[in-house]
Amino acid sequence: MNILDKMMRLDRRWIFLFLIVVCVVANAVEFEVPILVNREVQSIYDFIDSLPPDDIVLVAIDYDPNNLAELHPMTFTIVEQCWRKKLKIIFTSLSQNGPGMTDQAIRDITDSMALDRTYNGVEYKGREIVNGIDYTFLGYKPYFALIILGMGQNFRLQFPTDYYGTPLDSLPMMRGVNNYDDIACVMDISGGNITDYWISYGQGRFDFPLALGLTGVMTAQYYPYLGSGQVFGIMGGLLGAAEYEELTENPGLAKDGMRIQLPAHIVIILFIVLGNIGFFIDRRKRKQEGGVQ
Amino acid sequence: MKRQIPLMLVLVFGMFLIFQYFIPHETSEKAYEFLLDWITIIGIFAMALAIWSLFRVTVAKVRTRKENWGYSIFTLVGLFSMMIFGWTAPNGEGWGWYFIFVLSVLMAIGMLVQTMSVKSGRGLWAGLMFVFLIIAVLIGIFDNAWSFHFMSAEPLENPMFRSFFDFVLMPILATTFSLLAFFIASAAYRAFRARNLLATLLLVSALIVMLRFNPYLTPIFGDYMARTSNWLMNVPNLAAQRAIVMGVGLGIVATALKVILGIERGYMGKG
Repeated sequence: MNILDKMMRLDRRWIFLFLIVVCVVANAVEFEVPILVNREVQSIYDFIDSLPPDDIVLVAIDYDPNNLAELHPMTFTIVEQCWRKKLKIIFTSLSQNGPGMTDQAIRDITDSMALDRTYNGVEYKGREIVNGIDYTFLGYKPYFALIILGMGQNFRLQFPTDYYGTPLDSLPMMRGVNNYDDIACVMDISGGNITDYWISYGQGRFDFPLALGLTGVMTAQYYPYLGSGQVFGIMGGLLGAAEYEELTENPGLAKDGMRIQLPAHIVIILFIVLGNIGFFIDRRKRKQEGGVQ
Repeated sequence: MKRQIPLMLVLVFGMFLIFQYFIPHETSEKAYEFLLDWITIIGIFAMALAIWSLFRVTVAKVRTRKENWGYSIFTLVGLFSMMIFGWTAPNGEGWGWYFIFVLSVLMAIGMLVQTMSVKSGRGLWAGLMFVFLIIAVLIGIFDNAWSFHFMSAEPLENPMFRSFFDFVLMPILATTFSLLAFFIASAAYRAFRARNLLATLLLVSALIVMLRFNPYLTPIFGDYMARTSNWLMNVPNLAAQRAIVMGVGLGIVATALKVILGIERGYMGKG
């Protein structure tokens, strides 16, 4: 068996091994990946940056821990941007494994907010983030299509209390906040088909500004909504999150993760190229021998 | 009658919801909210049914000793452990007899499964089940270190509930999903071959989109890769996706009409 045959019949375990070695080495070596920001991500940043203090953003954390590596960095950076700008946030988590993870994320970002930071040349003093004043976490309810529709009537219809059992009317930031008319935009960070329902049942029916944070494999599917104006921005995968971190000057999990994703992508591309070289050589050899085309 | 009533209900409520969308009146909105509540309530019954179904299927697997039946035991332990942790919470620092209670409940369920699985000696297993059940009930009544919470959020702070979620479920789900990267690498190596024109187009498009993400290539290609990739996403991809979305939308409308008018009756089972 020559090298060509070996290459064409390469055991997939060698590919796995090579990929994991590359990931481990990339994780161990400190280097920074330069990030180019896309228009779709820039538009989300610009929209949120233009909101006046006390405006309300609904952040829908619609993913399970499966997608945590890709989507958690988006949540962290957007929520921190909102709070640094003194915006208020309503969190929902319409994915069944999401609420515990969302609760933990809120605690982590709250800790980070206690520190003084400088983003884009603006110094932000650390401050305490208070439940009911700076944010409300509505939690989880099954049947997301109904929940999205119900919140269009009144948040209290589907969520009489927040995740922690406090009636919505006792939360200061929720006074006078009834439905989507009272919020500035919805940011849906999703790893599944809940996004379809936010677009068709939410944005389509109640006409609020909607932006999406999606896993890399989902992104291409939602470009039509960007083209039609139903969605004003899309953050795609870890790269989208890294672009957002670049814009907010808040390097975190995504930019760090790009150190691993980038070499991994290069490895995958190399394997594709190698596979094709082998394929063409093999085909030419067969042609010369008068075999199969 | 068994068939006519469901068909009539679907027709009435289906037509009502279609017309309700176009009636911006308070009464119409109230009726709509009322129906939304009903759907949630029906859904909760469906969830109870699903849990019962899972229990039955899992027990049947254990009883017949089907392949990989051992994993079914973990399914049951996971299901009932999380239910117990999600309905209980410690009242202070100490745990009291909490873990004995959890173990007793799990053992009682194990004995129930065993009773349903064996052909002889059922009395012994049923007796053991009652012993464990009595232990659990006694601990539940007399142990003040923890309590049940069916209608409040206290169990969310139960360290056992949080720990199982944070340190068991989250790593398992994240690990399973991360394996995808390895399978994608392997599949890309085998499947992305320029066998014909269409496959070549797919391959070249995929490479351009992947390479766009690579900022190190910018000095070589300038913004050519980014512009080409954006064009691919915004023109051919958008056109194809839009066609799919429209097709799916029309299909949904057609299917919904068929269901409402009673032409499509698959949801009723054998019909």
